[in-house]
Amino acid sequence: MPFGLLKYGLTKTYPAKHHFTQAATELKKRYDVVIIGAGGHGTSIAYYLAKYHGVTNVAVLDKGYLGGGGTTRNTAVIRSNYLTEEGVTFYRESVKLFQDMSNEFGFNIMMENRGQLTLAHNDATIRSFRWRAEVNQHLGVRSELVDRKTIKELVPNLNMSEDVRYPIVAGLWHADGATARHDAVAWGYARGACERGVELHQLTEVQDIEVTGGSVTAVTTNRGHVECGCVVQAVAGHSSLVGIKAGIRLPIHSYPLQAMVTQAYKPLLTPHVSSPQFHVYLHQTSRGEFVIGGGSDPYPLYSTRATLEQRESLAAASLELFPFLSQVRVMRQWAGTTDMTPDYSPVMGLSPVENYYLDAGWGTWGFKATPICGKTMAELVATGRVPEIIQPFELERFYRFEQINEAGATAASH
Amino acid sequence: MPSTNRLPAPYGLLLDRDNPIAFSFENKRYQGIAGDSIASALAANDRWLLSRSFKYHRPRSILTMAGQDANTLVQLPADPNVLADREPVVTDMEVRGQNYSGSLDRDRDALIERFSKFLPVGFYYKAFFRPRGIWEMWARLIRQKAGLGVVDQSHEPDYFDKQYLFYDVVVVGAGPAGMEAALRAADSGCEVLLLDENPVLGGSLNYARLDVEGQRARNLRTTMIADVEANSRIDVMVDTVCNGWFADNWLPLIRGRRLYKVRARETILCVGSMEQHAVFRNNDLPGIMMSSAAQRLMHLYAVRPGRAAVVLAGNNDAYGVALDLLDAGVDVKRIVDLREDPHYDDIARSVIARNIAVTDGHAVYAALPDPKTGHLGSVDIRKIVSDGVCGGKGEIIECDLLCMAAGYTPTYQLICQAGGQLDYDDDKSSFTLTKLPVSCQIAGSVTGTWSIDSVIAEAGHAGTVAGNATGAVQQHISLEQPENDADNVNLPWPIFPHPDGKEFVDFDEDLQIADILNAVGDGYEHLQLVKRYSTSGMGPSQGRHSALATARLVARATNKTIASTGVSTARPPFVAERLAHSAGRSFYPARRSNMHYRHLEAGAQMLHAGAWYRPAYYGPKESRVDAIRSEVSNVRNNVGLVDVSTLGGIEVRGADAGEFLNRIYTFNFAKQPVGRARYALLTNEAGTVIDDGVACRIHEHHYYVTATTGGVDRVYQSMLKWNAQWRLDVDIANVSSALCGVNIAGPKARRVLEALCPDVDLSAAAFPYMGVREGSVAGLPARLIRVGFVGELGYEIHVPQHFGEALWDALLTAGSEHKIAPFGIEAQRVLRLEKGHIIIGQDTDAMSHPMEVQMGWAVSHKKPFFVGKRTIAELEKKQQKRRLVGFVINDPNAPIPLESHLVLDGEEMVGRVTSCEYSPTLDKPVGLAYAQPSKTESGSKIVIKSTGGTRVPADIVDLPFYDPDNRRQQL
Repeated sequence: MPFGLLKYGLTKTYPAKHHFTQAATELKKRYDVVIIGAGGHGTSIAYYLAKYHGVTNVAVLDKGYLGGGGTTRNTAVIRSNYLTEEGVTFYRESVKLFQDMSNEFGFNIMMENRGQLTLAHNDATIRSFRWRAEVNQHLGVRSELVDRKTIKELVPNLNMSEDVRYPIVAGLWHADGATARHDAVAWGYARGACERGVELHQLTEVQDIEVTGGSVTAVTTNRGHVECGCVVQAVAGHSSLVGIKAGIRLPIHSYPLQAMVTQAYKPLLTPHVSSPQFHVYLHQTSRGEFVIGGGSDPYPLYSTRATLEQRESLAAASLELFPFLSQVRVMRQWAGTTDMTPDYSPVMGLSPVENYYLDAGWGTWGFKATPICGKTMAELVATGRVPEIIQPFELERFYRFEQINEAGATAASH
Repeated sequence: MPSTNRLPAPYGLLLDRDNPIAFSFENKRYQGIAGDSIASALAANDRWLLSRSFKYHRPRSILTMAGQDANTLVQLPADPNVLADREPVVTDMEVRGQNYSGSLDRDRDALIERFSKFLPVGFYYKAFFRPRGIWEMWARLIRQKAGLGVVDQSHEPDYFDKQYLFYDVVVVGAGPAGMEAALRAADSGCEVLLLDENPVLGGSLNYARLDVEGQRARNLRTTMIADVEANSRIDVMVDTVCNGWFADNWLPLIRGRRLYKVRARETILCVGSMEQHAVFRNNDLPGIMMSSAAQRLMHLYAVRPGRAAVVLAGNNDAYGVALDLLDAGVDVKRIVDLREDPHYDDIARSVIARNIAVTDGHAVYAALPDPKTGHLGSVDIRKIVSDGVCGGKGEIIECDLLCMAAGYTPTYQLICQAGGQLDYDDDKSSFTLTKLPVSCQIAGSVTGTWSIDSVIAEAGHAGTVAGNATGAVQQHISLEQPENDADNVNLPWPIFPHPDGKEFVDFDEDLQIADILNAVGDGYEHLQLVKRYSTSGMGPSQGRHSALATARLVARATNKTIASTGVSTARPPFVAERLAHSAGRSFYPARRSNMHYRHLEAGAQMLHAGAWYRPAYYGPKESRVDAIRSEVSNVRNNVGLVDVSTLGGIEVRGADAGEFLNRIYTFNFAKQPVGRARYALLTNEAGTVIDDGVACRIHEHHYYVTATTGGVDRVYQSMLKWNAQWRLDVDIANVSSALCGVNIAGPKARRVLEALCPDVDLSAAAFPYMGVREGSVAGLPARLIRVGFVGELGYEIHVPQHFGEALWDALLTAGSEHKIAPFGIEAQRVLRLEKGHIIIGQDTDAMSHPMEVQMGWAVSHKKPFFVGKRTIAELEKKQQKRRLVGFVINDPNAPIPLESHLVLDGEEMVGRVTSCEYSPTLDKPVGLAYAQPSKTESGSKIVIKSTGGTRVPADIVDLPFYDPDNRRQQL
């Protein structure tokens, strides 16, 4: 029995401690910083602002509930085996922050370092995996091209038959791959931010953004008008819609991304396994459920409906890898919205509006970037200087023709 | 041994009493009857304990008898998490409990419950992480305890498949509402599908009591089923579950091992309602069940649900259940009516007339287990003082059965998936459904209509509306809405907190009142946060029995209305669905060229290229290197033949064909003469090279364009997309699968062809390099293109797909005297590399623009437009960061770099090797790599980080490595 739970058993009444701003709290007339979007990113920025920069007159506004967008809809994959130097460096720092996050918060995000295995079924994929492995290793990320024998050791129950349509020929093993309780990340950040004076206002929709002379001065919400020193936009799934309120056109198209979860079964799969060939990835949660996801839907849409076609495709693909899962039962299928940029990399930093900061374009890679993005964006907001690690991701890159193309490292791995 | 709880016929509608079934549970033999579910067969044998709960390992038994809870999840040898109250028992079935340690009856893990005070809501967020590193140990421990059933990893998948169906009207649910709706829809002459998840039609008519005599339901059932069965326009599917509602009435139905995908013009969802439990201490003990579960046990399965019963009444249905229990010989000890001043109906009055004790205004404050068996032993009933608060002293009533008739919630899942909205009616204390999409209606108790006459009227109306919308005959529709004359079936607050807790809100996840309230107290006020923090509704039953109580508790704790509190989103599937059902038969098609079997006969090793199989090389695997070298050498010295059928072919025809190609590809095609081919490079709007091929001008208004194997579908799609905007006068057709082709290459290629081509002048003057001709080869209609991908005199020959084998055979026969031999993709890779030709996708990546890959010559800057032109112009102004160059490794002892090894400048990554092969012609490794622009001149040296980190020096040379003056391809 861990020590931390003793107090709950030994007190007569539950020592409830409200983690966030009370719902009844009125909006202030003015905040130094207004953050639009109370997902992992928005709350993370608020947390680092309050804890490390002493900026606490901050409001995090969300039209829905805390962490209700990409944060709760993603499949909780943490990894840094990207392709570009900029991407790998950025996500590598993120993984490091994840590893210490429970202690940082005093709130267990249940990070489990289980590794990630991506499967190659043809020569072209081996070539791209070797490229990723070489770049990763060069930058200190644990990533290697593995053969069939090693794959069998890593995941003994994987279907390694050669008598199938697409036999597994090799894999990319990423020992740093991990998972965590995704909701807890947003809760931990929000709790830590609120403890330090930040206000979290849920069910508070920003309807308009007032820009005067190239600077943002206030936002209008369904609960009234709020003046602000600056605004950070962190609204995955709706980046281009919110950006346009500030007069900023973002090179983003939004696509649904679906996933599904089975009932709980006794543990039989430790690492995260994905196959770009079959557009599927799956892992077993600590509750025993299999979480299964794949590629984005083929056309842009803001609806978060599920489709039968995607369920069929994910199920068929899962059984190609693990035929014995045929009896496993899907319990729930859902969707989130992914903001896709032309180069599959995010948009972070300055915008054409002077004091309006962008944290956008998070496609399928937002969750795993939560801590590093929050930390660096907070530094930008507090100091006005763009931290080096996120400089390559500024919106300007599209105007300068300097994209950071991660297309090769994002398909069906998330 | 006779089953102790079995009732005589006519009880047991589903049973075939002549057909006994022997099976085992937990290694003990039991006898059931055909038609039994696992749970009913065990209950008939007085075996009630079926499972252990997820967290506290509490004993659990039948709750709903309708598959709406996780209490009856059991393990079959190759099938975990099976609903015992839905799964029919079959001969020799071996059933086990799951999620216990030791035995189901004495589960050592039940000890965890002793520590439940130390495990508050979200306890795992609050501990286990200090000191650093300790979580890994806890995570392993917690993980071991996680999960329910065990997946049989040696299980060979069974055969599952799919079928498409189309109907005018699909009616989901074949209770009285569904049957009436189907009948009235069919009146209009449309085709109707009526389906139900149960094995027989009838729904609640099969078990509910509509009148004192118990006759009405039976009579109505008989008549309606006869009408349905006699109606040729109604197809009936029983044992069939509609497992979701997708846009435009796209319904997945599951029956047996088949997924039916049904498109309906109209749907009528008569999906009924789910009975809800009351929340009080120990409300999960075996012996406590929904009143409808007791009725199902008796009427469907002939199982007496207990010997001494207490009925908890929140509505008059409880009295019908009491009558049923009395009829079945159960001693009804008390009816505890939650209502202060109940409005009795005829059935209730008749119960009272039979001198059954009724206590009004009381609640079951706590249930108490029999200390020996753990089964329900007695209930502690107390007077309700105010909402949820009971008086201090109670009365203990001994019983082994408690039936809860505490209210219902509509089966909202499919309806919400269809876009319906769940509201809460405070007067009725019930969820209601509004805002249905067009072409989708609901009828029956799901709408909150309870009296049978109103249900029939409402369903008939829905059926007629749907029938009129789709059928040939228009029926009269009464504008009068049927009146719902039933009393309320729900109470606002059947929730009774107890100081010692264990009043379960969510049985799946062992969540008590305090867990929900404490989640709110911790700040998780939004229902979605309550769900995620407490896990309420996240278990196998997905909130079927917990959503209403959770919403009520959260609403009260946050001072909100229940309507605005709501429930968690109703996501598909409706019932947990095997992966095998949505997977169906494995369907990953393979594409094979017309010459595929010739390659196999010649001993080719095949490789995957997208959906295609292509010959890698000819010969056994162990002689791979030699095979490739000899194929290369034969092309250089004699003549070789390679199958290029997988290449894409696109016909572009029309007055604007030239203009269209000019806009799509980077080169200039306007002045291209008829009978000539031109290299065609494709970039996207970001200036990235995405495909290449050759464009052959067959006629002034007709081009035939080739594309790469992997790229053709994308190229074709993007051509269509662009022309949807441009509206040029062109027809675009992807003819890739209509044609197949070969490339015959080598110094003797012409001599081979001369023997087979009587109608084409093959002389160098008449048919020069990059010429295109139409003619015949071996009597087959063919297009010939003089190309030089491998750097020798060569002809691509394209013929109709089914002539492939004939062409292949003819060329090999005619070429035998010139030592012709087939070569594979591996040899082709070496040959083209020696010639310095890039492969799009291998030597290019998502950022490669034409100048980087030395393709500037293929870009026409004079054209006003092509896709990517503006970007390329901008990129050309910028300083290049890398460039694709040719290199050779001169050190014979250096390891040959692999493709994707990095090119370093000091420790900085500046590029990578994209192609590298040993060149038999040059007798050294040659390759292509991206290198820093300062190192692109011939004679420069670059450093490659090879296997194991070894730095390998490489010398930059001019491309091509082979035949720099291009003499050989122009022979």
